[in-house]
Amino acid sequence: MQQIVNFIVKYKYFLFFLLLELIALIFTVQSHSYHKSKFVNSANAITGGIYKRINSFKEYTNLKVYNQQLLDENAYLRNLLAQQPVDSMLRLKKMIDTTKYFQQYSYLSAKVYRNDYHKKYNYLLVNKGSKQGVKPDQGVINGKGIIGITNTISKNYATVLSILNGNSKINVRLLNSYHFGTLEWDGKDYNTLQLIDLPIQATIKIGDTIITGGKSTIFPEGIPVGTILNFKKENNAYQYINVKLFNDMSAIGPVTIITNFDKEEIEALEETITK
Amino acid sequence: MNDVIKNTALFIGLVLVQVIVLNNILFWGYINPLPYILFVIIYPVKKDRGLFLLLSFLLGLCIDFFSDSGGVNAAATLFIAYIRLPLLKGLLRKPEIDFPVFTIFKLPFLRLLSFIAILTLVHHFILFGLEYFKLNMILTIFSKTFLTSIFTIILLILSLLFMDKNK
Repeated sequence: MQQIVNFIVKYKYFLFFLLLELIALIFTVQSHSYHKSKFVNSANAITGGIYKRINSFKEYTNLKVYNQQLLDENAYLRNLLAQQPVDSMLRLKKMIDTTKYFQQYSYLSAKVYRNDYHKKYNYLLVNKGSKQGVKPDQGVINGKGIIGITNTISKNYATVLSILNGNSKINVRLLNSYHFGTLEWDGKDYNTLQLIDLPIQATIKIGDTIITGGKSTIFPEGIPVGTILNFKKENNAYQYINVKLFNDMSAIGPVTIITNFDKEEIEALEETITK
Repeated sequence: MNDVIKNTALFIGLVLVQVIVLNNILFWGYINPLPYILFVIIYPVKKDRGLFLLLSFLLGLCIDFFSDSGGVNAAATLFIAYIRLPLLKGLLRKPEIDFPVFTIFKLPFLRLLSFIAILTLVHHFILFGLEYFKLNMILTIFSKTFLTSIFTIILLILSLLFMDKNK
């Protein structure tokens, strides 16, 4: 007994060091996994509040850029409206009181308080949380493409798992054919992502457009993602396909959070299959 | 008492400067200097190291909270806090240190520089090693460690010169 006490007294700093280091390593391992209950995250009142202050200054200096982004997005949406035949516009007007019944998605605007793109596991912080009805696993987009998926949620803030994160996997497809693949990031260039699992039957060429596939409940189908930058075809398979994003991930303006009303129904249905 | 206030101000000041100013600075798009480890360098060298280890751990954890990085900053900062005393003894080639009168400002410049450089390189290597945590990323880890360390060391020396003059 005396020996044990002596040992502890002699190595007390080392043991204390080991204990704290172990805690730090547990947090690290937790952050490397696709977890939605991380203890260390920036979606809390203190860090969120400080980032809010910083952002109010940054926002002002970026007003011109953000205005241009919003104008571009408006023009894009107006073009979509203009492509609609006239009678369907009238039909849309008629079902105003039942929109909730037919509507599958709703969109919520949010500000980006923090945006990382130089690490391997990047996260964003946005100013909408559980008070505004944000839940984990909702898609986040802006006018030019996809940004990420909501992760940890607090009352007023949410962290977003960026598409520039080692754990991010997004279902995408080619614009001109229904061949699906998965979009991942190798941690190198923040404007180039990798398309994997694309079947060899899909014929691609440089410059082809990639859009979201709509096979998950997170992103609706058809959101623009990027274009094919280069690829290598070998042994009857695509070795790699690099995708250049439409978005500049280092300068993200205002974003939109997507709610899918059919999500619970789809997930409940999928659970019955796996059982 | 004076010491407690000074160290608390240093702690909070370093976290805020790191988060508000330096985390927004990216040289060449991906080098983010981390001079918050100034705390580990200038915290008074005392015989009782328990509080120092705890504070270093908390400092790293604060940075982790702000940057959603799990525990990598906490692990790295705690590690250099632990090796600080053995490293000082090694650099001075003395088995014991005269604790009450010792400050790192009295070190000759070259020894101070190697003290700072070793702590910074070890800190950054652990940080990026834990962040990437893959053997095939070892080149990225080394290049990031090396490039980031240069900027961190320059900032640390500048702030030490500034503090020395104000004394």
